[in-house]
Amino acid sequence: MMNIVVCVKAVPDPKMADKIKIDPVTKTLVRENIDLVINPLDRNALEAALQLKKTNGAHITVLSMGPPMAGNIVKECLALGADTGILLSDRAFGGADAYATAYTLAKGIEKIGAFDVVFCGMASSDGATEWVGPQVATFLRIPVVTMVHELIEDEGADWLVRAAWEEGYRKVAIRLPALFTVARDLNQPKNLSFSGILKARKKEITSWSIDDLGVSPDSVGCKGSPTIVGDFGTLETGRSVEFLEGTAEEKAERLVQILTDSGAIA
Amino acid sequence: MTTEIKNHNGAVWVLAEQKNASLQAVSLQLTGKARLLADQLEVPMEVVLFGDNLEASAKTLIAAGADTVYLAESAELAGYQPVIYADIFVNLARTKQPDIVLMGSTCMGRELAPILAARLETGLTAHCINLVLGENNILNQQIPAYGGLISILCPARKPQMSTVAGGVFPTPELNQSRSGTIKRLEVNIAQDPRVRVVEIVKEERYEQSLDAAEFIVAGGAGTGDLEGWNTLKELSRVLNAGLGCTRPVVDEGWAELETMIGQSGKMVSPKFYLGAGLSGELQHMVGIKGAQLMIAINNDPKSPVFEQVDYGVVEDCSTFIPLLLEKLKESGLRHTSS
Repeated sequence: MMNIVVCVKAVPDPKMADKIKIDPVTKTLVRENIDLVINPLDRNALEAALQLKKTNGAHITVLSMGPPMAGNIVKECLALGADTGILLSDRAFGGADAYATAYTLAKGIEKIGAFDVVFCGMASSDGATEWVGPQVATFLRIPVVTMVHELIEDEGADWLVRAAWEEGYRKVAIRLPALFTVARDLNQPKNLSFSGILKARKKEITSWSIDDLGVSPDSVGCKGSPTIVGDFGTLETGRSVEFLEGTAEEKAERLVQILTDSGAIA
Repeated sequence: MTTEIKNHNGAVWVLAEQKNASLQAVSLQLTGKARLLADQLEVPMEVVLFGDNLEASAKTLIAAGADTVYLAESAELAGYQPVIYADIFVNLARTKQPDIVLMGSTCMGRELAPILAARLETGLTAHCINLVLGENNILNQQIPAYGGLISILCPARKPQMSTVAGGVFPTPELNQSRSGTIKRLEVNIAQDPRVRVVEIVKEERYEQSLDAAEFIVAGGAGTGDLEGWNTLKELSRVLNAGLGCTRPVVDEGWAELETMIGQSGKMVSPKFYLGAGLSGELQHMVGIKGAQLMIAINNDPKSPVFEQVDYGVVEDCSTFIPLLLEKLKESGLRHTSS
């Protein structure tokens, strides 16, 4: 039976993303009352695994790195149909950039043991890099395809996938074990079901610390990150806003007038 | 084998890209930027290029500012082959020890850059909107984040690596009388890579291109739902404007990734911009350059988007967009490109 690992990240709810600010003095994130959710594209990664499980049978392990609270999203993945949940959680992992995150996840996957496929979302909604998936693959010394839109052939050890390319797409042949970062249109993630939630209540998630992974504190978290955050500045746009007044109807009429006067419409 | 590179007099590199026999615009733009950085650092500026029939592109890169162009040229390398590209690049970087490596935020760059950075055991900053040499000549890799602009630094490891989207830096003027060296790299295809691009397929796209659009309507999650999004889409059609969006809209599945405007999407330079139901996140706003007129519609008068536009409408998209659509239809006015 196929062993699949799905990497997931707990992110601030993207619908509330504009509420997150950086404190210009301390350079730390100010995130008050923002819910943590599964990174939207990681839902697609999990769904890809669930579909393979349904057709061919598979054991799905969900792996996440984050604070203890991120355990909730791993639990949610179990309720969605994953078999095992592992949270890499340790103060030493904090402040990791993409490189240190990928290294830590790769060490987690090595500890899980034999695997055939790793799925990741192609990007996280909060960090905006797309580096973790391909870097996990590089640390594991396995091949990777990023931005996968379709699994054309997903049986046996030789797969064929369709992935993003400018003005079209590329077809990529790849031998397992391999890592895939998935795009949104790969599938349509299913919502939580009541029976799934009931089943998941019996499942426990495992938490691994730095000692469990047996890695040096210098190779993870802040210390293991090649990049650091430097100066923080503001962008000046040089514009000052004029708010349109009146009823909604008056505003709409005024807007049409502004567009006409500026030459935008004629 | 450890690969930490400590040479601080390394060159500034660009990993360029040739598609369908033509050099990508972003590669030329990065070559122009790298030339400026190399002059400041007083080091050579070098380009690495993979593919087939590269001679003409190599000459263009020299005219754009490269001192040396390394070519990995072979029929098998046309298109894109991640394993072979990565092996050749990593070997060359270990030998030559560049100080800085710039790559386009293209599909190739987005896949290859993190692989190269991990193999070279160094940092990589995604989708920079400016690159400036700071203290100790460390590269300040500027990205928009959380309502401001932050500099990402990679102070202790080399090379310092960044990806940059097309349109962030200007296309340099070509000086055909510049001289430079073309060096051919050994290409070994003998191995059987575990991942291989078997075909690159071009598709016809029907959407109005945002690249050339003079009038752009852009929407965010505040358009509410798919119905609200479709109303905005209709508004863009009635206006004869291009339609762009923010990241949450792509995440919701209302629009394609190709229409996302901003740091990790498209850089656009329309004359007229109308943003609806978006909060003015810099990741989006930095993608709009030099517009004459900017208008925003948002139901929150305190939304940061209003600090970045000329006119503001404080209304809910779900009621205001249909109203505006009605007024426009009545007027019969639409955008006609100049």
